Amino acid sequence: METNINVKLKIWRQANPQAKGEFVTYELHDIPTDTSFLETLDILNEQLIEQGEEPVAFDHDCREGICGMCSLYINGHPHGPATGATTCQLYMRRFHDGETITVEPWRSAAFPVIKDLMVNRNAFDQIQQAGGYVSFNTGGAQDANAIPISKVDADEAMDSATCIGCGACVAACKNGSAMLFVSAKVSQFALLPQGKAEAKRRVKAMLSKMDELGFGNCTNTGACAAECPKNIKLSNIARLNREFICAKCAD
Amino acid sequence: MEENTKNNVAQPVIDSKIPEGPIAEKWTNYKAHQKLVNPANKRRLDIIVVGTGLAGASAAATLGEMGFKVLNFCIQDSPRRAHSIAAQGGINAAKNYQNDGDSVYRLFYDTVKGGDYRAREANVYRLAEVSNNIIDQCVAQGVPFAREYGGLLANRSFGGAQVSRTFYAKGQTGQQLLLGAYSSLNRQIKMGNVKSFNRYEMHDVVIIDGRARGIIAKNLVTGKLERFAAHAVVIATGGYGNTYFLSTNAMACNVSAAMACYRKGAYFANPAYVQIHPTCIPRHGDKQSKLTLMSESLRNDGRIWVPKNIEDAKRLQAGQIKGSDIPEEERDYYLERRYPAFGNLVPRDVASRAAKERCDKGYGVNNTGQAVFLDFSEAINRLGIDVVRQRYGNLFDMYEEITDVNPGELANTINGVNYYNPMMIYPAIHYTMGGIWVDYELQTSIKGLFAIGECNFSDHGANRLGASALMQGLADGYFVLPYTIQNYLSDQITVPRFSTDLPEFEEAEERVQANLDHLMNIKGARSVDSIHKELGNIMWDYVGMARTKQSLETALEKIKALREEFETNLFVPGTQEGMNIELDKAFRLRDFITMGELIAYDALNRQESCGGHFREEHQTEEGEAKRDDENYFYVSCWKYNDDDTKAPSLIKEPLHYEAIKVQTRNYKN
Repeated sequence: METNINVKLKIWRQANPQAKGEFVTYELHDIPTDTSFLETLDILNEQLIEQGEEPVAFDHDCREGICGMCSLYINGHPHGPATGATTCQLYMRRFHDGETITVEPWRSAAFPVIKDLMVNRNAFDQIQQAGGYVSFNTGGAQDANAIPISKVDADEAMDSATCIGCGACVAACKNGSAMLFVSAKVSQFALLPQGKAEAKRRVKAMLSKMDELGFGNCTNTGACAAECPKNIKLSNIARLNREFICAKCAD
Repeated sequence: MEENTKNNVAQPVIDSKIPEGPIAEKWTNYKAHQKLVNPANKRRLDIIVVGTGLAGASAAATLGEMGFKVLNFCIQDSPRRAHSIAAQGGINAAKNYQNDGDSVYRLFYDTVKGGDYRAREANVYRLAEVSNNIIDQCVAQGVPFAREYGGLLANRSFGGAQVSRTFYAKGQTGQQLLLGAYSSLNRQIKMGNVKSFNRYEMHDVVIIDGRARGIIAKNLVTGKLERFAAHAVVIATGGYGNTYFLSTNAMACNVSAAMACYRKGAYFANPAYVQIHPTCIPRHGDKQSKLTLMSESLRNDGRIWVPKNIEDAKRLQAGQIKGSDIPEEERDYYLERRYPAFGNLVPRDVASRAAKERCDKGYGVNNTGQAVFLDFSEAINRLGIDVVRQRYGNLFDMYEEITDVNPGELANTINGVNYYNPMMIYPAIHYTMGGIWVDYELQTSIKGLFAIGECNFSDHGANRLGASALMQGLADGYFVLPYTIQNYLSDQITVPRFSTDLPEFEEAEERVQANLDHLMNIKGARSVDSIHKELGNIMWDYVGMARTKQSLETALEKIKALREEFETNLFVPGTQEGMNIELDKAFRLRDFITMGELIAYDALNRQESCGGHFREEHQTEEGEAKRDDENYFYVSCWKYNDDDTKAPSLIKEPLHYEAIKVQTRNYKN
């Protein structure tokens, strides 16, 4: 049943990329527990606007866990305490009355802060641009059922392709590595016949772009997979490594 | 209204440029005779594509592949975030892989019938015709569609169809299709054919000598206005569902790009056709920011019901009993009862109205009385929980995270029958069939300005069938616009690139800047959201699922007053330096207000019920929508009259059906 709680939000405020940021604590009263966490930030922002202050900037869009726009480090966890869910799918029933909730932006050298809780994740687009595609032009495809694909492979490719590109893996990683993100895309294509033709080129290009953009290396800690809101498996990284070694051996 | 009717005499005749020939040959004929642009000339032509959803991304990628220079604008931080990504259920195509009698004609027919005979026949046929290419294209991109053990593609059924023609990737089909288009787009960005502008929002379209030649866009990070020139402009900015504040649309979805085109003279067609999706999680409280859709695919196995007895409903509303306490024989599966032939898979407008009818009669099942049950007990008992979870697991999880109820959990056993927790659902604003008017070439009434995907009006008539939005977005972007835009550009090859210093750009930017200055300087007392919520309530209460002459007139009065409130009592904190989220929202709200009025004007004019537009004065004795083909067999095209506060003028595009006999929709037998 619905109850109301009082919480304190300790939020990172930073006016622009150059500014020095700081934590500011705000008090919120009578928040129904069936309110989502982002709606709670909306409520806070309405309060701030009423007081003539600037609202807290945070990224969000679909609010149903699929666009990957929302981020936030909440109480030390990317996307907060719930597992297998994004920040926008987090509800206040996860918190208790009187709790202080700490909210920070993603912390990674490759994701600079734009404002408050909003970061620039353009590096992810650049990695995809380096090779996250099958090279063919519209209209040139054969019949969709021409190549049978085993259900097991198709399902596994789908599990990898589920990645929403939110960046939680990078934020969770002590090395700031983007390996889980890169491996999800490489795995999807490695499992499907359509991706085979340029598999070697792809894995090398994407990894080298990842290194170039300042992401760290992988030390198999597994924080990325533990915190991933879409449960992307760590075994994708193993597959990425295998794909990379095979590609390098063929050089 | 009367004035508008009088005006018709002198108004322009609409040319929809439908090609000659029998319906099945029109598109082939068009392609055979249209003008093309040769590869050397393509390099010299620039195209602006605003939006990166299924339509925008697929168009930008394909135009890039062809050799045009494309400028692609995205309001989010990456093209992959566009709201197409949230589409759950699937995409239709007439492959007939299931050997269940499907064909291009049947998909065409179902779409026209589903749209309550208010779509343009030739456009819909073309859509059905290219639907198969889309599936081929997506599989080649590496989209991991669901497959059978034999390795071939799997299908499921959606509302309004008696065949299984929907291709899907779990409950995340939109995501996979968008990521497919995004991957093709990335390839073109890498190759330098497409230049991508993220966190930019279009604020105006620039017209030079009657042709669209560029846009004014705001860099949302720096807060600066910037000018972009091109030989043609393509708008792919989605629908206007957020006019209602609460909808299943994403937070950034807005109608401002479309309104900019409308104010510059592009007609806006059929704004009253708004789709209310029957299976959304019901509203709770007044702090809610958006509504969450539960995929239509759930209706393959889920059964919709309310109690037969009003006493049971009252006890449910009071929280004294749960849905699982009510045994099979006490349940009213009202869709199966009213529509035996289609049952739970009737089209969305029919299912939504039926839910409203039951709730209005007092049979609602939650504390607000505005919810019905969607139940999986029968499916779980028949197939086992594992199979059901395989199909809908992610939707069950999503439902549980939001409501704290697990629909896959055994809740009760009555007389040896197992009952699982049912979901509670209620209709919500989801999709808009209306949009910028376009001809067969997807060109608006302004030369060189094209509109694709949800933001145009062309293919769905008065109601869209499930799994057809993805089909239309990708059809427009991959297979239609890349052809038709060449017919326009072929005589532009000698036109050199434009300078953004031209007075038309100067003037457009000044006007946008003056508007933003005005919003900053009102310095009233109300936040953007508080006014937007008020607009949403007006729209839902008076221009929602059931409309009357009186409710629409009330809506127009209330919106007028709200506009006054907005213009005089808005408060936007901060400055125009750098990012100002409230200013961006205020800019969008001004357009939502104008859009809200436009919906009400159109709904008031259309004195019939069809598809998503239901006028209470026009219904059969059984409560079904009653069309008036004699007087309203046309597309309503609304023309802007100089000022937002003035009523728009109506121009009619008469519909002509050659292949399909127009009749009353029947989903009963």
